Amino acid sequence: MTEVSYYPGCSLHGTAREYDESIRGVADLLHIGLHELEDWTCCGASSAHCTSEELAIELAARNLAIAEKSNRELLVPCVACYSRFKAVEMELKEGSRKIRFPYQGNVPIRYSLDFFCNGTILEEVKKKRTKPLSGLKVVCYYGCLTVRPPKVTGIKEYENPQHMDHLMECLGAEPIPWSYKTDCCGASLVMTRTDIVRRLGQRILSMAKEAEADCLVTGCPMCQANLDTRQEELEKEAGERYDLPILYFTELMGLALGHKDVRKWLGRHITDPMKVLKGKGLM
Amino acid sequence: MEPTQNSFLSEVVQASGEKLQACYQCQKCSAGCPVAYAMDILPNQVIRHIQYDHRERVLSSKTIWICASCYTCSVRCPNNIDIAKIMDTLRNIAIRSGVKPGEKDIPLFHSVFLDAIKSKGRIHELSLILQFKTKTRDFLKDAALGWKMYRKGKIKLFPSKFGGGKEIQEIFNSFEKREAK
Ligand code: SF4
Ligand code: SF4
Repeated sequence: MTEVSYYPGCSLHGTAREYDESIRGVADLLHIGLHELEDWTCCGASSAHCTSEELAIELAARNLAIAEKSNRELLVPCVACYSRFKAVEMELKEGSRKIRFPYQGNVPIRYSLDFFCNGTILEEVKKKRTKPLSGLKVVCYYGCLTVRPPKVTGIKEYENPQHMDHLMECLGAEPIPWSYKTDCCGASLVMTRTDIVRRLGQRILSMAKEAEADCLVTGCPMCQANLDTRQEELEKEAGERYDLPILYFTELMGLALGHKDVRKWLGRHITDPMKVLKGKGLM
Repeated sequence: MEPTQNSFLSEVVQASGEKLQACYQCQKCSAGCPVAYAMDILPNQVIRHIQYDHRERVLSSKTIWICASCYTCSVRCPNNIDIAKIMDTLRNIAIRSGVKPGEKDIPLFHSVFLDAIKSKGRIHELSLILQFKTKTRDFLKDAALGWKMYRKGKIKLFPSKFGGGKEIQEIFNSFEKREAK
């Protein structure tokens, strides 16, 4: 049994609830023990780094100092939190700043997608797969911070990443190549410049449709919320019908591994995934 | 181009750690920027303005707030200039120096967001949205969507309890002290 620390972050306690539930569900099936960090606080997200670099570093570092009390890896499902934590790690390496909390930089920080795309886990997934996602055409949408900047993420193929596509293959699904994998959906402006966000979202959804995808898969709670919950609004404005389910990769893992709660997770989506999945005989 | 002392250029170079003097205006950053169409000065022009010490022009621009921190520019710059990081530095300087921002709601949102962390330690999405809407007086936008999300169990009505409040206070106290300087 692998044991890891777990920092859910704020959105997984709210709009991204099904991401949290599906990660916990999948971890359970793969015998990975998740230990939620005690008394974790917000990583500061974009508002902190837009306002003050010091503030951003300290808000994130507080959580890393808690994580460092155990020897476990830290699993981080929200890519915004992940990116903030890695920034602290880099800051510490450069050694230019004193950090308030006793954090030494010894916590392996793992973004959920990278964590689950690891070779051993993929082998395990293939072995335990009870319901291959045959015939399900997916576009993998990585977005920004899962791959950029590479000095933070360590992803070499940041213009055309493949790891999520590979994971989808292991689940039996059919990942389609498309050129919007790493385009920005503008989620950080969702409350303030909805007009910009709509335009970026429309482009991504309409390209996914053009690629003839049955659904779009992501590991970012901001992208998911943005493309799922606003889809109807985008359709109205664009005069185009997308009807494209926006799924977390962990939900599809749960489906292929036969988790009992998949229906509950998928029931939380605003753009209903049931029709597509039923059509493929997967539900 | 060597930054003269006390210039805006040297302030940005020092705070960001980025050698933006190396920019040769190839415009690759702006070409790939997903939100360039909504900016008042393009990312490559921001760099040029900094080199020319146009402090006001840069700090009061829309651009620094519209930048979505997507890092597309940073990975494509042939001179390895981390433009996204420079945008962060510029926002930091703009807030500290109290320049009137070119975009009203975006910096307002950030300050409401940080207030929420300060008082609750974690972001409780519903409180954050209501707080922001109180300031912008725009309650109707997204109300129907909010109701739909509530019914899907995506909206938590009450914030979760959290420990560590004292540490969070300390972090914000020293931040406020620095800003007041
Ligand atoms: S990509 Fe780099 S060198 Fe080219 S204009 Fe932008 S900052 Fe300058
Ligand atoms: S980081 Fe900002 S400036 Fe650079 S490409 Fe993205 S939105 Fe444009």
